Amino acid sequence: MRELHINQIESRHQNTVILNQISLHLAAGEIGCLLGPSGCGKTTLLRTIAGLQPITQGNICLGEQTVSSDCVHIETESRNVGMVFQDYALFPHLNVADNIRFGIANFSKKQQQERIRTLLELVDLSGKETRYPHELSGGQQQRVALARALAAKPQILLMDEPFSGLDVELRESLARQVRCILKAEGITALMVTHNQNEAFAIADSIGVMNAGELLQWGSSYTLYHQPNHPFVADFIGQGVLIKGTVCSCSQVHTALGNLKTNVCDDFEPDEQVSVLVRPDDIIHRDESDWQLEVINRVFRGSHFLYTLKLDSGEHVLCMSQSHHDHEIGSKIGVKLEMDHAVVFPLQQENTT
Amino acid sequence: MTKRINRWSILTTLIALLLTVPLWVLVSFVFEPTNDNWAHLSDTLLPVYIINSLWLMLGVTIGTLLLGIPTAWLISQYQFFGKSILHWALLLPMAMPAYIIAYTYTGLLEFEGPVQSALRTVFETQTVNLWFPEIRSLGGAIVMFSLVLYPYVYLLARTSFANQSQSVMHASRTLGAGPYKTFFKVALPIARPAIIAGLTLALMETLADFGTVQHFGVPTFTTGIYRTWTGFGDTTTTAQLSILLLVFVTALMAIEFWSRKKAQYFTGHNQPLRKTLPTLTGHQSLLAFSVCLLPILFGFIIPALQLLDWSINVASTQLNSEFFALVWNSFSLAFVTALITISIALLLLYVKRAQQHTFIDNTVRIAGLGYAIPGVVIAVAVMIPFAWLDNTVDNWARTHLDISTGLLLSGTLFALVFAYCFRFLSVALQSVGSGLSQIKPSMDESAKTLGANNWTLLKRIHIPLLSSSLITAFILVFVEVLKELPTTLILRPFNFNTLSVRAYEMAADERLADAGLPALLIVITGLIPVIILSKLIGKRHA
Repeated sequence: MRELHINQIESRHQNTVILNQISLHLAAGEIGCLLGPSGCGKTTLLRTIAGLQPITQGNICLGEQTVSSDCVHIETESRNVGMVFQDYALFPHLNVADNIRFGIANFSKKQQQERIRTLLELVDLSGKETRYPHELSGGQQQRVALARALAAKPQILLMDEPFSGLDVELRESLARQVRCILKAEGITALMVTHNQNEAFAIADSIGVMNAGELLQWGSSYTLYHQPNHPFVADFIGQGVLIKGTVCSCSQVHTALGNLKTNVCDDFEPDEQVSVLVRPDDIIHRDESDWQLEVINRVFRGSHFLYTLKLDSGEHVLCMSQSHHDHEIGSKIGVKLEMDHAVVFPLQQENTT
Repeated sequence: MTKRINRWSILTTLIALLLTVPLWVLVSFVFEPTNDNWAHLSDTLLPVYIINSLWLMLGVTIGTLLLGIPTAWLISQYQFFGKSILHWALLLPMAMPAYIIAYTYTGLLEFEGPVQSALRTVFETQTVNLWFPEIRSLGGAIVMFSLVLYPYVYLLARTSFANQSQSVMHASRTLGAGPYKTFFKVALPIARPAIIAGLTLALMETLADFGTVQHFGVPTFTTGIYRTWTGFGDTTTTAQLSILLLVFVTALMAIEFWSRKKAQYFTGHNQPLRKTLPTLTGHQSLLAFSVCLLPILFGFIIPALQLLDWSINVASTQLNSEFFALVWNSFSLAFVTALITISIALLLLYVKRAQQHTFIDNTVRIAGLGYAIPGVVIAVAVMIPFAWLDNTVDNWARTHLDISTGLLLSGTLFALVFAYCFRFLSVALQSVGSGLSQIKPSMDESAKTLGANNWTLLKRIHIPLLSSSLITAFILVFVEVLKELPTTLILRPFNFNTLSVRAYEMAADERLADAGLPALLIVITGLIPVIILSKLIGKRHA
């Protein structure tokens, strides 16, 4: 298993830039995940690593070896990357064992048998060797695809929306299973998804992409609590942006009051800014004196998500325990619990 | 829910039974003891028929695969010079009946023909000693069949290659397989069921052919059946020979059915990803262009030019009232048959749609069996019960009324149209059926909830939605009737000639140039369904 280095790569299709100056690093054995809306270029990035798509600038290194650059392009079949495709791409004319065998045809017969047995055990499909793909369920096909991709002990495993064809209930549990398998084998892996729960369940590091750019690369905790871009703040978790005015290096004034922050390098005092407010920043307390009007509410089973109206007319979200049932139009007591406000340059529209 | 069997179902069953009577009568000859002719036949010619048929099938298999698969792969996977024309032009040889292409190459390659004359000029020899392969041979027949039947393989292989999910190819690449290994280990095996289905269709046409093997003097089942029937007038032996041929055909049908079923699994439920095809340039593009051009050149352009040349040469003397009578005979026969066939198909399919009953489904399927049965066999099978009926009626009339009724059915146009209907009903069933399947029962129901009565439903929903498939079905049956040779040859009324029969007779008399005009007309008409087919495919891919 090798580490992956991507330096300043660019990929074009005809004259459109699909990937713009992307850099990222995955340590050996680390699991990364690319998150973003459809069409953001995340699948293209995966395909450049697999060698299915050339790059026009920068370079991609697997371990010590440069596999892609503006002048180097090692063919896909010589890269030893494993890839799990969105539609699994199992060979319909081969049974489970032969699908897995396809990439390890150069092993001895005995080694092949051994590897197939180990892998099927790993993905919990022992005894299904002679089944054909069309005889398996979606989840089983997915695991065969994973076993096939892992068979030749690839330098890196790439997964393109591997859970998107499955039932919603299955996705997270399967994502956790896959994480266990990858960690057990110590595999460097990069997955693409548009579903943040899958990303949180499987990845050590997550990258958020939009319009061909990698906006932020970090842990799920960092992405949620310290997003560096309004798009990231919007894409990961829920929240709204409200207007604020910078008071000083460490304080910003909003309709919620003065909030602690750290904006010394980026903003001048008195500058108009946008401030991110997450639903968990505002806590519902019946006894609180600070009362806000309920504009809307959504029952989520374990909790209520209230939309509250501030004095400024702006809306914020607030989460409360699910037995705190308040009517729309009534006022409820709230308390602010935010140690550190995330501040962005002033945005045109409020995001929700 | 079980449905009541009503009078429509009974009518459907009756039609299916009546239409297939010839087949059941023929099959009943299995139980008839064989006679001396059979004994003689099985000692002498039968082994020849079987061996020739097997060689033909083997040769045509190799020929159609060699022509069909590379072209299908190139067209489905790459962008290259001329592709936009080649992709449909590769279907053109379908318009060329095998017996007609056989006549043109006989003319082109015979001793006085343009090819040998040119060779003699080049080598400055007037002697006969110049060796030249004899086109009128088993090998020649294989080449002829391959040239006009490869489109079946091409068409099904191309669809299969184009529908293969691109990620399957990419998966193969990530697993370390290069382009060649990916083609042979992944793309080709996945397309194999589709290719086999196309191949079996080509082989069924090969077995059904009469005109080519008769002209080339290659004794096969069809020529044997014709010879036994016309030469010996031996009903039993003819029928038994026909049954033996049907055994071959049934085996091919079984393979075709099984392949299609397997092909469904192999395509899977995944939508093919939209792909941008790599563009070939320079000599690669030229090579791809040549590979695709060759089958069109030899399978259509050259023979068509030969026909055109003959036609122009004889036009002044042949374009007379006799020829127009011929055209009128052929076209009116094809027109009437197409109308009747489509009416029967519509009736059967609507009853099937209304009943939703397995019994009716199977009845309709049996009614469509005729397409698999070679024209010679159909003709013989129709003749046997019709002649029996004529004789019975005649005998009864003679004894009881003291008059002779003569031939009421056999040797009339009725017998001919009946045989065509049986043979081509499945063509109509298929294309009308695909149109009707688009009109879901829920559409009827929603139209009714919107206040439409049966008449409005028919006028505003069914007729507009069905019209294009009805027209397609009409054209397909029309052209099939026009091309059909052996059925017409055997069943036509005395002195009733059609274009195909005229072409056959002229060629049989070694007057190849005189066969040109009727043959050319058949080929030109045959182009219409080919154009429709390529349009349909274009639409599906858009």
